[in-house]
Amino acid sequence: MVINAAGRSVPLEINGQPVIPFQGDGKYRPEGRKYAPPVPTSSDYPADGNKLAGSLEEALIRCGLRDGMTISTHHHLRDGDLISNIIFDIASKCGVKNLVWFPSASFPCNDPLIKYLDDGTINRIEGSMNGLLGQYVSEGRMKGTAVLRSHGGRVQAIQDGEVKIDIAVLAAPSADSFGNARGTGGSSACGVLGYAKADYMYAEKVIVVTDNLIDFPCFPMEIEGNYVDYVVVVDKLGIPEKIMSGTTQVTKSPDRLLIAELTASFLEKSGILKDGVTIQEGAGGTSLAIAMFIQEILKKNGWKSKFGFGGSTHHMVKMLEEGQMGYILDAQIFDPEAIRSVENNPGHVPYPVFNAYNYHSKGNLTTMMDVMILGATEVDLNFNGNVVTHSDGYLLHGIGGWQNCLHARNVILPLPLFRDRIPVIVDEVTTLCGPGELIDVIVTERGIAINPLRQDLIDKVKNSGLPIRTIKELREEAVKICGEPQKPQFEEDIVAAIKWVDGTVIDVVRKLKL
Amino acid sequence: MKKPIAVAGNSGPKVRSDCEITLELTDDGGIIVDLVSKVKVLYGESIIRLASEMLKFFSIANARVKIIDSGALPFVISARLEWAVKQLIDTDLDYLPEFNEENRYSSVRDRFRFSRLYLPGNTPSLMINAGLHYADGIILDLEDSVAPEKKDESRILVRNALRQVNFCGAERMVRINQGERGLEDLDFILPHNVNLILIPKCENAWCVKRVEEEVAVIKDKLNLTNEVFLMPIVESASGIENSYEIARSSENVVAMAIGLEDYTADLGVNRTLEGKESLYARTRIIVAAKAAGIQPIDSVFSDVSDMEALHQYVLNSKALGFEGMGCIHPRQIPVIRQGFAPTETEIEKSKKIVIVFEAAQRKGLNVVAIGSKMIDPPVVKRAQRTIDLAIRLGMLSHNWIDEVPVEEK
Repeated sequence: MVINAAGRSVPLEINGQPVIPFQGDGKYRPEGRKYAPPVPTSSDYPADGNKLAGSLEEALIRCGLRDGMTISTHHHLRDGDLISNIIFDIASKCGVKNLVWFPSASFPCNDPLIKYLDDGTINRIEGSMNGLLGQYVSEGRMKGTAVLRSHGGRVQAIQDGEVKIDIAVLAAPSADSFGNARGTGGSSACGVLGYAKADYMYAEKVIVVTDNLIDFPCFPMEIEGNYVDYVVVVDKLGIPEKIMSGTTQVTKSPDRLLIAELTASFLEKSGILKDGVTIQEGAGGTSLAIAMFIQEILKKNGWKSKFGFGGSTHHMVKMLEEGQMGYILDAQIFDPEAIRSVENNPGHVPYPVFNAYNYHSKGNLTTMMDVMILGATEVDLNFNGNVVTHSDGYLLHGIGGWQNCLHARNVILPLPLFRDRIPVIVDEVTTLCGPGELIDVIVTERGIAINPLRQDLIDKVKNSGLPIRTIKELREEAVKICGEPQKPQFEEDIVAAIKWVDGTVIDVVRKLKL
Repeated sequence: MKKPIAVAGNSGPKVRSDCEITLELTDDGGIIVDLVSKVKVLYGESIIRLASEMLKFFSIANARVKIIDSGALPFVISARLEWAVKQLIDTDLDYLPEFNEENRYSSVRDRFRFSRLYLPGNTPSLMINAGLHYADGIILDLEDSVAPEKKDESRILVRNALRQVNFCGAERMVRINQGERGLEDLDFILPHNVNLILIPKCENAWCVKRVEEEVAVIKDKLNLTNEVFLMPIVESASGIENSYEIARSSENVVAMAIGLEDYTADLGVNRTLEGKESLYARTRIIVAAKAAGIQPIDSVFSDVSDMEALHQYVLNSKALGFEGMGCIHPRQIPVIRQGFAPTETEIEKSKKIVIVFEAAQRKGLNVVAIGSKMIDPPVVKRAQRTIDLAIRLGMLSHNWIDEVPVEEK
C-alpha cells in the first residue's frame, strides 16, 4: 500500500495486475502505444457478408468462450436489458468460470447475476455497482475486486490495453447481417449507441445482437460491420418502457426547485451564462428544472447555447427546436422524444463517448464546456467529491461521466444540504472520486459555497444578493440540524478500486464491518 | 398504568423525516431499544442514547422501545417518544428540546402578511425547510390538516418544531383547533414564542374572546411578555354576517381571513375559479376588516400546479382590497408576493399624482387634473397608500420626492 497524491492509501496491485497510484490531475503521462486487437483477414469471413449465427450460445462458443475471459456490454438498454444476463446463463450452462463482466453500467435488472458471482461463473464486475450488486460488493462477497471507472476512463482503459476485451456482446436495436448497426428502429430502440465504439474497435471478438434484422446496409451505422464477427437475431432485445427512462418530470419538490432556481440564478449573475454558452446538464428532476430556468434566461436575453452534450432528454430537444441550443451532441438518449429528434433533426448528432471523454486522446470535449451540472453523494470541506458510496459506506452508484465532466470550465454541484438527516457536506468524503480543485461551486437550498480557488467567481457574485456562504458554514449548519454523524466502520479488505480518468487509482472502497 | 403498549409517529414507504415508535413497559430487563433506520450507521448510537435519556427523564426503568426511523431529526424522535410515554403513564413532565436562539424574535401589528404558508402539524418533512421559501408567515396547523387520531401527538411535534426549526424570520403562527380542544392547544404552544394564533371557523366575537382570555391566563401564569396576535378565520355564513364584530373583538386581532372551502360548503355551492359565489362574503370581510383597522386576508388557492391561474387570482384579490392570502405550497409564495406588491406602473402613476397634487396645493387648489382625469383628495390618498407600500417593500426610497427634479414638481 502507498499513499497517493490525494492522500489516500491505495494498493500497487489489483486483481493480480499492477496499478499506478493517482499522481495528481494531469500529472500521469503514459508512454508507449495504444493496444490493438489481432489483425483479421476478411477472407476468413463470409464473402456474401452474412455473419448470422444461429444463437447467442453458438456465437459465444464460436468466439471461443472460456474460463477467465472478459466480456463487455454497453448499457443503452438500461433497466430493460434482456441480453447481458443471458450471456452468463449460457456461460454457466457451459461450465465456464471466472469471467470478468465489463459493462459500461449496470442496472437493477442485472441483480440476478449475483448467483453467478456466488457460484464462480463471474469472478468480478468492472463497471458501475448499483443497488444490490453494490451491496454485495460492499459486504465483501465478490471474489475479485471491483474496478470502477468513469465512462471516459473505461474507454481509456480499453484503448490503453488495461482491459483487454475478449468478447464484446453489443445489443443493437437495428442491424444488418454484416454487423452494421444503429440505435434507432425496431421495438427496442434506444436512440444512439454512443457507448459501443471502443468495445467494437478493440475487442478480440464482436457479437452484435439484434431483434430487428434489416437488409444491408443498416444506415447510419454506429457500429461498423467490418469490426463484427457474428450477428445474432433474438426475439426481444429489451423491455421498451424500461429502455427509456420515461419522460422525466421536472421536480415538484419545493426544496429542489429552490436549489434549481438558485443554480440558474448563480449561472446568470456570475456571467457564466452568455450567448454561445456550452452546457451539459443531467436528466434527473432537479437537472430538468435547472435546464428550464436556464432556457428562460437564454430566451429572455436572446442568447443561444452553441451546443449541449447529451444524454439527451425531451427538454434538450425543446431547446434545440425552440432555438436556444445550436446542436445536441449525443452519447445516449433518455426518452422517446429525443429519439424522434435524433432521427429527424440534423442538428441532433450522435457523438460517441470515446470521442468525448477519453483522457488519453488528442483533446477532450469536456474542457470545451462552460457549464457542467453534476450530482454527488458527498462533498467535503476541500470540495472533494464522492459519487460511488453513501455516507454509510455502501457502494451504490457508478461513476458515469462524472469524473470526465470535472474538467469543464465551471463545475456546479446542486445538492441538498442533507438527505433524510444525512449531511451531504462532510469533513472528508467516504470515497474520493474527484479532487476538490476541479469542483467549483456547491449550490444548496441553504446557500452557495464557491471553491476559494475560484476567486474570479467569488468576485463576480459579491454584490449579487445570492446567499454566498463558505463550505464550512454550510457544513456547520447541516450538523446543527442533523447532529454530528458517526463514521462507518470498515475492515482492511479492499472490495473496489476507483480509477481516475487517466487510469491511476485515486481511492479504494473497503469492506464494511457488519 | 393506562395501557401496556403505545404507538406514536408514522412509518411506511412514503414517510420521510419521521419515525414510528412502539413502547412497551416491562417489569424488568432495563431499557431495550430496537432500532430500524436507514441512518443507523450514522446516527444509530445517538438515537438510542436519546431514547434512553428520555425514558430516564420520565422515570421509566424497564421498557422495550422499537423505533422504525426514516431519517427523523432529534426533535421529531423526541416528540414521538414523548407521546408514546404519555399514552402509558401520567406525567406533568415535558421533554423539551433546546430552544433555538434564532427563533427568539417578535412580530409587529402591521407587518406584511401577503403570504402565509400552511404546514400540516403532524408532517415533519414539510417543516424542516419551510423557512427557506420566505413566506411572510409560517402556520403550523393543528386543525384540518391533522387526522383526528393524530391530534394529540401533533401538539407535541408542533411544540418541538417551534423550539427547534428555524423559520428564517417568518411570523411564527399556529392554527389551533376549534372550541375546547383549541384552548387546550394553547398550553402546548404559547410558551414557545408563538407570534400569532389563527382561530378557525370563527362564528362571532366570543370565539375570539375566549381564546384571548385563555392566552392572557397562560401568559400571566408563565410570565410570558411576548405579544401574541390573533387572526380569526371566518368560514361560514353566520361568521360572515358577524364579521365586523369579529374584526373588532380584541385589540390583539391584527388580521381577519376568509376560508372559502368551508364557506362555499356551508352555502351548499361549488367553489369556482371565478369566485362569483363568494364575492359578497369576500367584500364583506374586506369592508369589515378595513373598518376595524386590520388586514383583510384571502383564502388559499388550491390548485398548486397552475401558477398562471394563481397569478390572476392574486391580482383579483388585491383589486378587491385583500392584503394577503394563504399558501399551501411554497411555490405559491413568490407569485403571491409579487401579485400583492404594487407594479412599476402603479408606483409611477402614484408618484405623478402626489407630485401634481402637492404642486396644486401650493397654489391653493384642492382639485387638479392629469389629462382628463380629476385628481382630488381620495385619489391622492390611494396614491399615497401605494407609495407607502412601495417604500415598505423597498421598491422606492423614503425620500423619493426629494430625488424628483425640480422642473417636474
